[in-house]
Amino acid sequence: MYTVRRRTRALLGALIVGTLAIAGCSSNDKSDSNTGNGANANAPVTLNVRLFGTFGYKEAGLFDAYHTLHPNVTINFSSIQQENDYYPVLQQNLNAAKGSIDVAGLEVGRIADVTQNLSAKFTDLNTLGASSQESSFYPWKWKAATTTDGKVLGLGTDVGPIAIAYRTDLFKQAGLPTDRDELAKKWTSWDAFLAMGAQYKAKMGKSAFIDTSSGLYNTILGGSVKQYYDESGTPIYDSNPAVKQAWDTAVKAIQEGLTGKVNQFSGDWDKGFASGSFATVGAPSWMIGYIKGKAGDKGSGKWDIAPGPNSANWGGSYLGIPKNSQHAKEAYDLIKWLTEAPQQVTLFKKGGNFPSSSVAAADPAVAGYTEPYFNNAPTGKIFGDVAAKLPVQIIGPKDGAIKDAFSTALLSIETQGKSPDEAWAAALKNIKNAIG
Amino acid sequence: MVATEPDVRQSDLPAPAGTARRHGRPRRPGAGLTPYTFVLPFFVVFGAFGLFPLIYTAWVSLHKVDFGTPEKMTWVGFKNYSTLLHSEFFWNALRNTFTIGVISTVPQLLMALGLAHLLNYQVRGRTFFRVAMLMPYATSVAAATLVFTGLFGRDFGFINWLLGLVGFDHIDWQAGRWTSQIAISTIVTWRWTGYNALIYLAAMQSISTDLYESAAIDGASRWQQFRYVTIPALRPTILFTIIISTIGATQIFGEPLLFGGQVGHSGGVSRQYQTLGLLLYDEGWRNSKLGYAAAVAWTMFVIILIAVLVNATLARGRQRSRD
Repeated sequence: MYTVRRRTRALLGALIVGTLAIAGCSSNDKSDSNTGNGANANAPVTLNVRLFGTFGYKEAGLFDAYHTLHPNVTINFSSIQQENDYYPVLQQNLNAAKGSIDVAGLEVGRIADVTQNLSAKFTDLNTLGASSQESSFYPWKWKAATTTDGKVLGLGTDVGPIAIAYRTDLFKQAGLPTDRDELAKKWTSWDAFLAMGAQYKAKMGKSAFIDTSSGLYNTILGGSVKQYYDESGTPIYDSNPAVKQAWDTAVKAIQEGLTGKVNQFSGDWDKGFASGSFATVGAPSWMIGYIKGKAGDKGSGKWDIAPGPNSANWGGSYLGIPKNSQHAKEAYDLIKWLTEAPQQVTLFKKGGNFPSSSVAAADPAVAGYTEPYFNNAPTGKIFGDVAAKLPVQIIGPKDGAIKDAFSTALLSIETQGKSPDEAWAAALKNIKNAIG
Repeated sequence: MVATEPDVRQSDLPAPAGTARRHGRPRRPGAGLTPYTFVLPFFVVFGAFGLFPLIYTAWVSLHKVDFGTPEKMTWVGFKNYSTLLHSEFFWNALRNTFTIGVISTVPQLLMALGLAHLLNYQVRGRTFFRVAMLMPYATSVAAATLVFTGLFGRDFGFINWLLGLVGFDHIDWQAGRWTSQIAISTIVTWRWTGYNALIYLAAMQSISTDLYESAAIDGASRWQQFRYVTIPALRPTILFTIIISTIGATQIFGEPLLFGGQVGHSGGVSRQYQTLGLLLYDEGWRNSKLGYAAAVAWTMFVIILIAVLVNATLARGRQRSRD
């Protein structure tokens, strides 16, 4: 009798614990109570917006403005600085049964991967009425986010035309001209640019002329139509003369001691804006806001922008809606609004992101804009001229990984003293491992 | 008769009729089910979150799986493993894991032993020291690593600044193979020394003072007491910490990843500090090769098993030879 009572109690205890465990492990469905399919147009909705880097929407107040226009929509925004860290997180979210991302940022380097491999995991925006937006974007921008069977997977946010941002005070100290038109005339080729760098180095020992070797390499290559893939989708990274030319110029800059030996977006690079450890940066328009932030108030008026030797593009993104989002319609309303011409103009004025909408780019507020922080440089005109000359570039699915490998190899020459041939061979090996 | 360690060879079979009962447990049929219901919750959770992922990872490692489309699995048999064993990146990662493991484990355990011995004395503020020693263990890996990365910075780091004060050149900690591995090992050592010291301390406190007194009477110095009384009594504890440290050292991931910043995932600009854990993340998450990453994961598992078995056999061998 004694044993049976103990056994019953033990079994009862296990049953209670088991039930508690199952109850504790089940999901709390309170947050999903708003998933009525258009049941009530003004029902409160929370949209999860996940971006990377510096889209600039929050800083420009656009999320708050949208909330004022649509009080029932709450935007839950978060951003991961490094796109390389963001993309695996996004991919994991795409495969969840109930998605937790409603608006996803897509970098231009990934858009080919999205349209070719992940098209089933994103909502076709045509089903939500996107075709009405097509005419307001640059055709090549729109086309890049369209699959071969006509599905539109992202609305373009900005483009990244590159100009050279430089420190006027450091240039003055080195005895170089500081007027942007004069510099633009002198920078006719990359060799001329490096020659000026040698002049700079002669006078200014510790400070580097160019921020990073990888930045220089990307700026040079960013002007080519074909980079790492050709039209048929075959990787050509090892045979493309444009790649070799960009590589060789960057190696020359390293060997002449003109580069800063850091990685872009690293802590040391960030500090370099304020401390003057480098004098020039190949700056896409979206980096303008970033430079302002890192160089701080002390830097105001010490910076200027001049067109560089080529017309190159870096970045520019899209906003897409994962297929497993619970609020596709509301998310589309948001991204449609964010990428409309008036908002792109606001974003340019506040954050420097250059519009991917040709309508917005033609707006006098953009074309005539001067940036006080950068010595009143006509950034609208400078970036607009570069954007107008941009080639329609071929983007491949693994562009990001290949670019990473070359950037890392250049850094290994700088910091580890590897020979250029060694570094090139290592880069090819890493690329083959990543995409082969 | 003081038993210093449980006798693991004691049989658990019921005692033959007529002999004294071993543990005082009632040996009636039906009562044997009770203990199993108590441990069932743990095994259910282990089965779901431990055993199933282990087996599923092995299954994934036999396929080619892309990270973006994990539902599409293509059977490739053992191709992932053969590619792995022929890959110079794998052997590089294995070598790095071994060297970082040795640099971070050996000095750490020795220091922990010494610290525990010092704290065993009746010093003032003993409790404060014990708490302070454990605090590094309580910090988050990410926060600690980021702070140390700043300290080891090339241009603006505190350690380079100190070196500059005494006339040395700035060291690029991230660029060199040994400098980066020493830096990472420093972070690991900082975190785990206190933890292991407390484990040794707890074991030391169960050593009877009679042994020390008799050793002292026989004329043993402090060092000899340490060598011939403390360490032999600590043998099972030392074996335990070696096994745990080996497992941890094989899996080092967070520290090198955050140490390198943007190039952390590849273990530096030329993979100079890429460990097996980093290789797994790099191949699976950056290069989208989930099947290959699963193969790396199972290879790590097998390496840990072998290392633990070797550890345990060596320890048993020494013990048996001393008996």
